[in-house]
Amino acid sequence: MDTVMKVGIGTPLSRVDGLEKVTGRAKYAAEYEVPDMLHGVAVPSAIARGRIAAIDDRAARQVPGVVEVLTHENRPREAWLDRSWKDELKIPGEPFRALGDDRVLFAGQPVALVLAESFEAARHAASLLDIRYEEEAHNIDFQVSLAEKFEPSKKRSSFHPPKNRGDAEAAFAEAPLKLEGEYHLATEHHNPMEMHATTLHWHGDGKITVYDKTQGPQGVQAYLASAFGFSKSDVRVVNAYVGGAFGSGLRPQWQVQLATLAAKHMQRSVRVVMTRQQMFTHVHRPECRMSVRLGADVEGRLTSVICDATTSTSRFEDNMEDIVIWGMMNYASPNAAGSYSIAPRDTYTSADMRAPGAATGMTLFEIAMDEMAYKAGVDPLEFRLLNYSEVDAMNGTPFTSKALREAYREGAARFGWDRRSPEPRSMREGRELVGWGVATGMWDAMFSKTSASAKLSANGHLEVACATSDIGTGTYTVLTLVAADTLGLPPEQITARLGDSSLPTAPVEGGSWAAASSGAAVQLACQSVAKKLLRAADKVEGRPLNGAHSLDDVVFEGGRMLLKSDPTRSVGIVQAMQAAELPVIEEEETASGGISGMVSQMLKSRNTHSAIFCEVRVDEELGQVRVTRIVNAVAAGRIINPKTARSQILGGVVMGMGMALHEETLADRKLGRWMNHNLAEYHVPAHADVEQIDVIFVDEPDPEVTPLGVKGVGEIGIIGTAAAIANAIFHATGKRIRSLPITIDKLID
Amino acid sequence: MNPFVYARPDALPEAVRLGATGRAAFLAGGTNLVDLMKENVARPAEVVDINRLALRDIVEIDGGGLRIGALVTNADTAYDERVRRRYPLLCSAILAGASPQLRNAATNGGNLNQRTRCYYFYDVQTPCNKREPGQGCGAIGGANRIHAILGASPQCIATHPSDMCVALAALEAVVRVTGPQGERTIPFEDYHRLPGNEPWKDNTLAPGELVTAIDLPPEGFAAHHTYLKLRDRLSYAFALVSVAVGMRVEEGRVADLRIALGGVAHKPWRRPQAEAAMRGQAPSRELFEAAAQGLLEGAMGQGDNDFKIPLARRAIVRALSQAAAGTPQSQTDKRIA
Repeated sequence: MDTVMKVGIGTPLSRVDGLEKVTGRAKYAAEYEVPDMLHGVAVPSAIARGRIAAIDDRAARQVPGVVEVLTHENRPREAWLDRSWKDELKIPGEPFRALGDDRVLFAGQPVALVLAESFEAARHAASLLDIRYEEEAHNIDFQVSLAEKFEPSKKRSSFHPPKNRGDAEAAFAEAPLKLEGEYHLATEHHNPMEMHATTLHWHGDGKITVYDKTQGPQGVQAYLASAFGFSKSDVRVVNAYVGGAFGSGLRPQWQVQLATLAAKHMQRSVRVVMTRQQMFTHVHRPECRMSVRLGADVEGRLTSVICDATTSTSRFEDNMEDIVIWGMMNYASPNAAGSYSIAPRDTYTSADMRAPGAATGMTLFEIAMDEMAYKAGVDPLEFRLLNYSEVDAMNGTPFTSKALREAYREGAARFGWDRRSPEPRSMREGRELVGWGVATGMWDAMFSKTSASAKLSANGHLEVACATSDIGTGTYTVLTLVAADTLGLPPEQITARLGDSSLPTAPVEGGSWAAASSGAAVQLACQSVAKKLLRAADKVEGRPLNGAHSLDDVVFEGGRMLLKSDPTRSVGIVQAMQAAELPVIEEEETASGGISGMVSQMLKSRNTHSAIFCEVRVDEELGQVRVTRIVNAVAAGRIINPKTARSQILGGVVMGMGMALHEETLADRKLGRWMNHNLAEYHVPAHADVEQIDVIFVDEPDPEVTPLGVKGVGEIGIIGTAAAIANAIFHATGKRIRSLPITIDKLID
Repeated sequence: MNPFVYARPDALPEAVRLGATGRAAFLAGGTNLVDLMKENVARPAEVVDINRLALRDIVEIDGGGLRIGALVTNADTAYDERVRRRYPLLCSAILAGASPQLRNAATNGGNLNQRTRCYYFYDVQTPCNKREPGQGCGAIGGANRIHAILGASPQCIATHPSDMCVALAALEAVVRVTGPQGERTIPFEDYHRLPGNEPWKDNTLAPGELVTAIDLPPEGFAAHHTYLKLRDRLSYAFALVSVAVGMRVEEGRVADLRIALGGVAHKPWRRPQAEAAMRGQAPSRELFEAAAQGLLEGAMGQGDNDFKIPLARRAIVRALSQAAAGTPQSQTDKRIA
């Protein structure tokens, strides 16, 4: 028989939803047309803190087409208790309730929603509201807020407190080599391409369908039920396509609150879409200050690691990130200590943005590591190898796998690191100083209980389904590959359905766990289908698979089941279903990792690692930085789809370039307001900023980390990248910039 | 965005008549006006769409020079063979700005009349004298890293965002306008203005006047020129500082010279005295530094933008050396020549 090239785990497959996306057929939350729909336009608060004294909506109501102006005074009642408003992130505090009362907590807070029959009428009327405020003293300045920093007694559940070891203070005091530095990261706003939007279809029979921009449809479903008094079974949330999110869709944002309030009030369908400017009125990456003290012996072996960090939060919720633990885990210093606090300011609550905690903490720590390498007179890569830890140095546990040494080696070889001249300012080409820098990345390899279904029809078409979301990461494609791999079907015969609360249970998409978790669930569901197929094969005349007792005895390939011991004996999948008179086989399974997984969770650390090498060219006189080359060598276990995985790393690296050079939300202290709230003035890298990026996935077999051996790649690409760039800028110029982003003003003396 | 009356006249007299109400805005490419309307910064009662007017030609002027229609797009201007050959400085400046998509839509007349990118001007919930006279200036003492270091007033520290206009200033172009009072020409130097006590006036157009064309004089400085732009990323960002230089070198000496700065003032910034001081001299770093000193005399930072002063000084020196050497800055190779 002909052998068919099997498409499966490890095949670089183009996005199965690519055509839908580039032809505009893929629908996003703001694009669903529902009948008899009202358009809601939110009115932002002009002040940063205080009370709404009066709202004059007479002019707005005069606009033809306007049907209602919703404010805290006339909004429908919802749940009273704060706990009813908790979302999947469960950040301690009082969750924000749009139009909840007359309090203004941050500039740009929605204080009214104008509802009209047309978007144009609603938008115009929204500009006509006359709102009077009683303003109170406020602060948006992180440096000022540090005076109020504190360690919250109730911690965010995802927070990992630093575990101190040895006597870091004494070891630092005695260390012959010392580094002490203060590092800073500016506030960043996520700004995915798709703005947050909700189209809520009010069916009129008590049921609603909510097309929402979110990373977790079932999280939004539970939230709307709990906060707005719906029965969960009456709420269906759909997010089939998500135009990027980077964590901004982990929490239900205020537009879904407003749409739901308005729909309940009007008993009608409603759409609310944020403007780009309004994308700066909710979640953002916290600003961070971290002081690092490193002690080392004369050879450069670390003897003490001390990290103390503060990140920003709001006055109404205590958001926390894992900032200080990364250096403590990654390096073998016998003594280490960390402390962490948060500082409140009058903004919306900061929360998770791509690799929350590590993108900040590991990056800033890796700049300090670079400084220490120079102090010790050791090559920065050698310095990291000298302090390499085979185990998780903070928790004292072994890793399920850690191929960071291989990542350093393969990355360095690809980059040509051995040709580096050690002295700063020692490499140049024309008017440009050339610098080479290195940094390390580290992230969690997480797994979360997830269910999936697989439905095989008699025509050989397979549909797999799971409530997880594809936020642009390639989940549709990855799950198609897992299904193709398990049942030996070509991808064209497989449809993946995602992003719908009515599908089998999945957690919110985030933390790089989706591929590992939903992939495992899809594999289990497909295996259950496979078992039924094997039984059905018994009905085929002549029983070609006689002797096959379990899935271990057969191979699924090219739409057929082949006997392992004699591949000339096979049964077609369609053939087996017809023989057994099965019109359809449908199975649902839940991947939980099992008991062995739980035990492993307790005994071992599970992380991805990366080594980033970077070349910059800096105009000596003018300070213009060009990042001409980056090699990112990633150890992330098994790679399901090398093509979309590479794209994830590329995207992470580009975002890291933004963190290093561009992204910074600028505040006006007097007004307590973000000022560069548009994409002309809030800069992310443009194509011209991005030159050569090389991605390497080093071999890291790890059957223990998750059922598929997959660690996830959504976030590791950004971690450490900004440090590699900052370190390369130092190597080029001799200027050590400890505050990101490194804008041109910091390089012009 | 407020409701407005929309009109699309076929001929210039009709457009001028429609634009004379004092509440009208002319719509050309729309790349700035529509944004401003969405943000409630511009609230015209009437929008006069001038895209049907016959202002899309580039023609020769008697005695040399080119006349570029106001509705010729930025892209069509930059890629016009005559403009490329005779006015490469103008091409370079246009291609340093915006993105290909925007340049395909944006027109030359619109480029002249684009508004500042000051954060406060764009946010109607903050004070701005340019947007609402008498409100005060939020940028003074506020977030002002992109603001002016030259020619600012206590009323306004905004900058003009155009790249193209910096080149037009160096080329000493002439702006042709038509209005209720008929046709007139405005030397480029007099077209944009400093904020003074009337920061809401970006330029010297009278109410209802419409730009119809831009005249380029015969001298294009094709042999010795450059447009050097420094910004927060390598493309698609407004200039922190930009420098346009046109130079004529004869027998090793500077025979003629124009220097204009972008991103530093309410209009493209020129100091003819600084240019005059260089004429007849042999190009040298010392001479360039003296020119920079002259151009930036009286420069004042606002705090966040203090860095623009040394940055501008260095950029001027580099731009002059690029022009003198005949090695203009490329707008595709991001390495600074």
